[in-house]
Amino acid sequence: MTGDTQTTEAAPAKRAGSMGVARNLGLVVALVILCGVGLITAGDRFASTNNIITVLSLASAIGVVAIGMTFVITGGGIDLSVGAIVALASVWASTTGTQAMAESVGWIVIVTTAIGVGIACGVINGLLIAYGKIVPFIATLAMLASARGLAEIIADRKTQIIRDQGFRDALGARPFGVPVIVYIFAIVVIVGWFLLNRTTFGRRTFAVGGNPEAARLAGIKVQRHTVYLYALLGATCGLAAVMLMSRTQTGSSTHGLMWELDAIAAVVIGGTLLSGGRGTVIGTLLGVLIFTTLTNVFTLNNLSTSVQAVAKGVIIVVAVLLQQRLANRSST
Amino acid sequence: MSTTTPRRRLLALAGVAAAASLALTACTNSSDGDDDTANVSNTGSGDNAEAGDTVTIGFSAPAADHGWMGAISSAAVEQAEAFEDVELVNAEGTNDVNLQISQVETFINDKVDAIVLLPFDGAAMTDVATRAMEAGIPVINVDREFDSPFAARTTILGDNYGMGVSAGRYVCEQADGNTDAVVAEIAGIDSLPLTQDRSQGFADALEDCGLKVSNRVAAEFTVESGERAAANLLQAAPKIDYLWNHDDDQGVGVLAAIENAGRDEFVMIGGAGSANVMRSIEADDTVLKATVIYPSTQGADGIKLARLIAQGKSMSDLAEVEVPRKIQLAAPIVTKDNVDQYMDSAFES
Repeated sequence: MTGDTQTTEAAPAKRAGSMGVARNLGLVVALVILCGVGLITAGDRFASTNNIITVLSLASAIGVVAIGMTFVITGGGIDLSVGAIVALASVWASTTGTQAMAESVGWIVIVTTAIGVGIACGVINGLLIAYGKIVPFIATLAMLASARGLAEIIADRKTQIIRDQGFRDALGARPFGVPVIVYIFAIVVIVGWFLLNRTTFGRRTFAVGGNPEAARLAGIKVQRHTVYLYALLGATCGLAAVMLMSRTQTGSSTHGLMWELDAIAAVVIGGTLLSGGRGTVIGTLLGVLIFTTLTNVFTLNNLSTSVQAVAKGVIIVVAVLLQQRLANRSST
Repeated sequence: MSTTTPRRRLLALAGVAAAASLALTACTNSSDGDDDTANVSNTGSGDNAEAGDTVTIGFSAPAADHGWMGAISSAAVEQAEAFEDVELVNAEGTNDVNLQISQVETFINDKVDAIVLLPFDGAAMTDVATRAMEAGIPVINVDREFDSPFAARTTILGDNYGMGVSAGRYVCEQADGNTDAVVAEIAGIDSLPLTQDRSQGFADALEDCGLKVSNRVAAEFTVESGERAAANLLQAAPKIDYLWNHDDDQGVGVLAAIENAGRDEFVMIGGAGSANVMRSIEADDTVLKATVIYPSTQGADGIKLARLIAQGKSMSDLAEVEVPRKIQLAAPIVTKDNVDQYMDSAFES
């Protein structure tokens, strides 16, 4: 009990990244152990360049969403509609209409459509929460239902194949043998880290999430900032839809099922407080990598899905416990 | 004190997750079935084709939330329209068991002549189906079986175990005695009995020729999950000879993963029989060389059987005077050689 309160009370003072390494130590250890298990049980197959690229590619789309989610949760919110927004963005950007326009104007139309749809959904979420005073759970739950419903209507529940060669070539390229989407993920992580830790926008996010009333009194436009946060997450959802469309070459209303929980889980085991006011982009990155590596190691060892599910639960708990212990030690 | 907030949040999150899945189910109810599936309805020939007494048939099925289910409903409707003497009462497709029960109750109150029912959950619909039977209305159970034999006059269903067997036999045939062949399997949602049946059939057929599944992963019937599962599987097995994917909807993602990984050393077999996959088999330009069928015409056949039963006719090709109690459809393997034969009954995914 005392250990718990210490962590959470000590944190706000140091939240802005100075203790980042120490706080993430537990996650790094967990990831290293996981890789060790992979190396021992699957050896060369695990350590091969191809496998590492596969893990990074699989982490990319969900990772971009999780980075966006880090901002919203740090700002004291939550968004359950991310998976549905990914689905809607992918469907909207792969309709025959959009693809025909992409044919004449260029593949960038597909990308801008997806990100535009994402931002629009995010802005609606933000407006409902900030100005409509609907709690984030409910507002984004409503978005979850209606965005996926709309995606189903637009796609007529069919899988839409992306035929635009320009799009496939541009996003399917592999400079230096690494897929473009992995570079996108890396850029999002770097920009996200910078935005959260080194800009006014980031400081405002911490302030709004930590104590909205104090933030308001300090002159921050809390409502407007909240809209920005959800719009940002919407944009990352649109980007994730683009990445998913590149990997699967389809848009579908079934894309991103249950991503809200995967993203929230990655953010939370990363060390971002669900109650807001504290957040870490690097922790989220590690959280996403731990989950993706876990599935990979299990598949390499040909373990059943039920065993995977059990182990996933255990590892979430172990990672969080480990992280609390190590963070405690370094903060006392 | 400061620790209670995140804990409460987590609890609330769990609650919302449950609510979210409910809402998701609810929102899939509103849409209509698709209308551009292949037209396979026909009125048959001989005495049975001639119009008899006009009969009213009630039809209820789950929401058309994937290609196969959409094809089931639209094929049933087309089949009913092809008959002059059938009046179809088509209930809106739903994944809400309560709503589906009330749909059947309405059919009973309206005293329809027969009910064709593809339950969202066979066990949950058993009671109301039994009540319909007790009210003298024959129930034709499609695809997902009831718990009790008293709940249906006739059951028509696909063969999940048989799908596995057909895929396994095809692998055995292709391997031609080579017992070192590496066989991989991408299943659908692992907790479903239908997935377990498919995998069991596959394993049993492979065992017959001394093969076994060396790598198995499970996806979730969606394109994205298929891509994810296949990407990992391809890393787990650097060399594969045969790959069976249970479901053609998720198969789109599986093929994308195979293309991303630049792999082409194996033969892939699909499952369910979507039109996309059949066109691909016909074109013969990917690793996909075959698929096994899980017929999407079951609903249409349910309508045909309901009409015969309601009119007191028999299946004219059988010597027996009554329509059989149970009809299990075959799960044939489709390859380049016989794809023409099955193309018309394939569903668009």
